Amino acid sequence: MEFLNDILIKPFADMAAAPDFLLQVLWEGLVGGVLYALIALGFVLIYKSSRIFNFAQGIMVVFAALTLVGLYEKGVPALLALPLTLAVMLVLAMTIERVVLRPLVNQPDIILFMATIGITLFLIGFGELIFGGENKVMITEQLFIPTGSIVFEPFGGFVSIEEKDLTAVIGAMVLVAALLVFLNKSKIGRAIRALGDDHQAALSVGISLSTIWVIVWFIAGVIALATGIVWGARAGVSFALEVIAFKALPVLMLGGLESVMGAIIGGLAIGILEKLFEIYWGQPLLGGNTEAWFAYMLALLVLLFRPQGLFGEKIIERV
Amino acid sequence: MFYRTAGQFKTSYEADHALFPVRQDAFLLGVVLVIAFVIFPLTASEFTFRALLIPVLIYSLAALGLNILTGYAGQLSLGTGAFMGVGAYACYKLITIFPEMNIVVAIALSGFFSAAIGVLFGLPSLRIKGFYLAIATLAAQFFLVWLFQKWAWLYNDNASGAIQVPNIDMFGITVAGPRATAITQYYFVLCVVCVITFFAINITRGRIGRMWKAVRDMDIAAELVGINLMRSKLMAFFVSSYVVGIAGALFVFLWRGAAEANLFDIPLSFRVLFIAIIGGLGSILGNFLGAILIVALPVIIGSVPQAFGIPLDSAMVEHLNIMIIGALIIAFLIIEPHGLARFWAMIREKFILWPFPH
Repeated sequence: MEFLNDILIKPFADMAAAPDFLLQVLWEGLVGGVLYALIALGFVLIYKSSRIFNFAQGIMVVFAALTLVGLYEKGVPALLALPLTLAVMLVLAMTIERVVLRPLVNQPDIILFMATIGITLFLIGFGELIFGGENKVMITEQLFIPTGSIVFEPFGGFVSIEEKDLTAVIGAMVLVAALLVFLNKSKIGRAIRALGDDHQAALSVGISLSTIWVIVWFIAGVIALATGIVWGARAGVSFALEVIAFKALPVLMLGGLESVMGAIIGGLAIGILEKLFEIYWGQPLLGGNTEAWFAYMLALLVLLFRPQGLFGEKIIERV
Repeated sequence: MFYRTAGQFKTSYEADHALFPVRQDAFLLGVVLVIAFVIFPLTASEFTFRALLIPVLIYSLAALGLNILTGYAGQLSLGTGAFMGVGAYACYKLITIFPEMNIVVAIALSGFFSAAIGVLFGLPSLRIKGFYLAIATLAAQFFLVWLFQKWAWLYNDNASGAIQVPNIDMFGITVAGPRATAITQYYFVLCVVCVITFFAINITRGRIGRMWKAVRDMDIAAELVGINLMRSKLMAFFVSSYVVGIAGALFVFLWRGAAEANLFDIPLSFRVLFIAIIGGLGSILGNFLGAILIVALPVIIGSVPQAFGIPLDSAMVEHLNIMIIGALIIAFLIIEPHGLARFWAMIREKFILWPFPH
């Protein structure tokens, strides 16, 4: 009985007893969720337009953040380092397209997936060679990101919101909105979606596969940079960041590999739920650190009932 | 020239379906086995055993297990490392609870534990496919490694949280633990690998193997011709996880000597996946070729700068190492996406036709 009580009643009693703490947990979860959603968005963009499951998205986040910080440490002013980093990401996108993707066109999915793992390893080695493996501090102040915190006092309690998290959430929202407009309204965006629907049909109406791939990988690079800045401001920049790629995968399962909306909603849901589970169930009952697997198990359960994810395209099989 | 197949006539179906339809294949295998069983033990040093020969064999076995699942049954798995961990921890618990147990029995039994867990995590494969399934196997990866860390019973409440291999004797010879010599361990691993490979070859070329291949190539068509998809997929998960579990038990007991939970984390899974893919999916030989490449590469890359007298500090070598392996993986995929096994098949074909071009 006591066991059931611990699982079913006590966590909710705790939540009701300290609503301010609950709000704080929800906010933390939301910020985490925004980051997961951003990374998942990078995955979705590349998967939609080229059917490549881009495992390197996580390392692109690290690489972009490291380039930014590294350039600043070399004496480049912060506001100049930002466009320079974007240029580096563009060069990276072009190199990947030319060296890796073009020779591998039409190979089975798993081969391309392995190739992106190859890219991941290469970038890890390359990045450590140039920037060193130690933890670096993200240049938040130099980029004019506020670092104070706002304190609310709802229900006679205490909730503290860091301004950089708030900036992150707003920035991510702007980025996603811009991206949606770009994908849905611009000519290039239409070309990207056309490629996602049908490669051959898109090619036959004169859409250049390689140009679009470069653009898509570059956009993924921009998203990676944004993620890198936000996450780096919270936890510092190092190769440990790479693990966030693994946090984005269950988001993709939950939201569906092709759905931009799914990535966003899935990311927010997973961010909040895993935080709640960790605080109210994981730490008291399971010894903590349940964030490592909770999202996966949740996604697995959802997939058992909806195999294409919550928002994925329905899989129609033809014989 | 060496591979003249002319004159080898098959007069019965049995002969046509024999393990070695071409006589030279059997001869070549014999040569390889003689090298493995006689030449290497006579010539190799302690370092060669520990750094090259034993890991190559163990990684080959793990890749073989993964290849049964991914290469033959077409179910992509990224959780190999965790299933190796299940085998290793199961073997450790068996050995510490029943110290009298023969280690061969313990290792053989520990495979069943990982097989059971493998079937459990294989259940989603009945509903989901492709990359969704691959991510689902990551759930096994993260959950199991977390369990290895948190469930103190698994490592007998050690303060270090690691499992230590005790000295284990078999027929008066120490085969595992700090006192064991490299050469006994090598022979032990070699025998296990040979036996399992023999079974794997025969399973994959028989009725069950054909069933798996049908499921891999097109599951709906396979179902239409009367193959029970559920049984076939779960059987693939069972056999694959069994082999992977045994590889994990050997990995800790006959090679590493001690293990912590994070040894079985993602990098190990990817390493085995690399071996299976670079070696060639859907081939038994490929696992061995891939393992030789992946295990030997870091050793070779580490020794090249020294040979040329270029001074490099160890961190630099480490970084270059990762970079070169990444680049090589991409290069291999571009040159031959079907892996090293296909390379060998092409060379063999050339030998058979030689000196004619076609």
